Amino acid sequence: MKVRAMTAIAALLAAPLAAVAGPDGDELVVNGEINMVTQTEAPAHLDGALPELYSGWRFRSDETQALQMDDFDNPAMVFVDQAQEAWDTADGTEGKSCASCHGDAAESMAGVRAVYPKWNEAAGEVRTLEAQVNDCRENRMGAKAWKYDGGDMAAMTALISVQSRGMPVNVAIDGPVQATWEMGKEIYYTRYGQLELSCANCHEDNYGNMIRADHLSQGQINGFPTYRLKNAKLNTAHARFKGCVRDTRAETFSPGSPEFVALELYVASRGNGLSVEGPSVRN
Amino acid sequence: MKTTILTLAAALIGGAAWAGETAPGDVVYADGAVEASLTGTPGDAANGAMVVGSKKHGNCVACHQVSALADVPFQGEIGPALDGAGSRWSEAELRGLVANAKLTFEGSMMPSFYRVDGYVRPGNAYTGKAPDGPLTPLLSAQEIEDVVAFLATLKDE
Repeated sequence: MKVRAMTAIAALLAAPLAAVAGPDGDELVVNGEINMVTQTEAPAHLDGALPELYSGWRFRSDETQALQMDDFDNPAMVFVDQAQEAWDTADGTEGKSCASCHGDAAESMAGVRAVYPKWNEAAGEVRTLEAQVNDCRENRMGAKAWKYDGGDMAAMTALISVQSRGMPVNVAIDGPVQATWEMGKEIYYTRYGQLELSCANCHEDNYGNMIRADHLSQGQINGFPTYRLKNAKLNTAHARFKGCVRDTRAETFSPGSPEFVALELYVASRGNGLSVEGPSVRN
Repeated sequence: MKTTILTLAAALIGGAAWAGETAPGDVVYADGAVEASLTGTPGDAANGAMVVGSKKHGNCVACHQVSALADVPFQGEIGPALDGAGSRWSEAELRGLVANAKLTFEGSMMPSFYRVDGYVRPGNAYTGKAPDGPLTPLLSAQEIEDVVAFLATLKDE
């Protein structure tokens, strides 16, 4: 018995180097009622690049995971409340608020996050949620555009995302968006910077592995905007892209740039089938 | 007068050390291996261990486990463990692997630590901005030699 206990202790001591591997088996239910799909079959357009999809939630510690399971614990919900106020408040020369045209966000915005980025026929371009919000602000409200990855914008996209929680991400990749999707795919596999790292190097080839203290996920963006414990604020997908590219010792692209719009479309499509989780909590 | 001479001498020694280094573009690889020392100065294994373990230097442990550096926390699991590297590889092979592993393993994820060109959108270190001059290699020539000296001590038991 003593020997067995000692052996077990020795195993535990030896374990830390290789203890964490792959996603955990936890299930995500928010507020005891929204069942999130955090693991699902990879979409056909991935051509087997990933055997299965996993939400980034599955790679986080139990403590971090718990923060997303109840809206009273989720630090991002403060920003959702702030955005609800902004939603109802007139701004700009037209004297309009979001609510003037879109009414109750809970109804009008349900399902919206799940299909963005998407093609805007009138503009003839792929629009992210952020670009659409700013288009409304500038052209419908006569208000100043928000900073693409600033706090106001992140909060508003959180308010919009929360109306789609639990719905499957389902961005279109064909038709008029196909060229943009192809561009995003090329960026995903390009090894940028002096470290020559592509998105795929870490998030396709090495998810589940530790890179120093970081447990690599698949880099899915179904949880954005994301409250990060690291910087204690809401983070947009483009701000995260920028941070990743910077960390390859590269000259980054800008939030809202055509490159990051294309990358967002492509990365979002890699998560088709996972639940919209935004605003999620990550470390 | 004496001070001036000393300063001059110091400058000469500094300059000579630089002149004796092989520049990144002049390194001769044979099947990925680099026979000649990059500096002519024997590597310092202790400093090499520091470079391998330090986030501010080589940060090799971000991806590789090294049992000999058990006191360095959070060792990664991206690349193979470096234990026994000194038995698996010759000094020349180790030098080539550290300087530019892609010439030994085509397509390797491992960054090239002694190379300054051929990059896509290289930046100014970790600022995210464009470089404001020529790139410097990730490790200096002597740091490469020091890391090689350290790796050579990692023998199979």
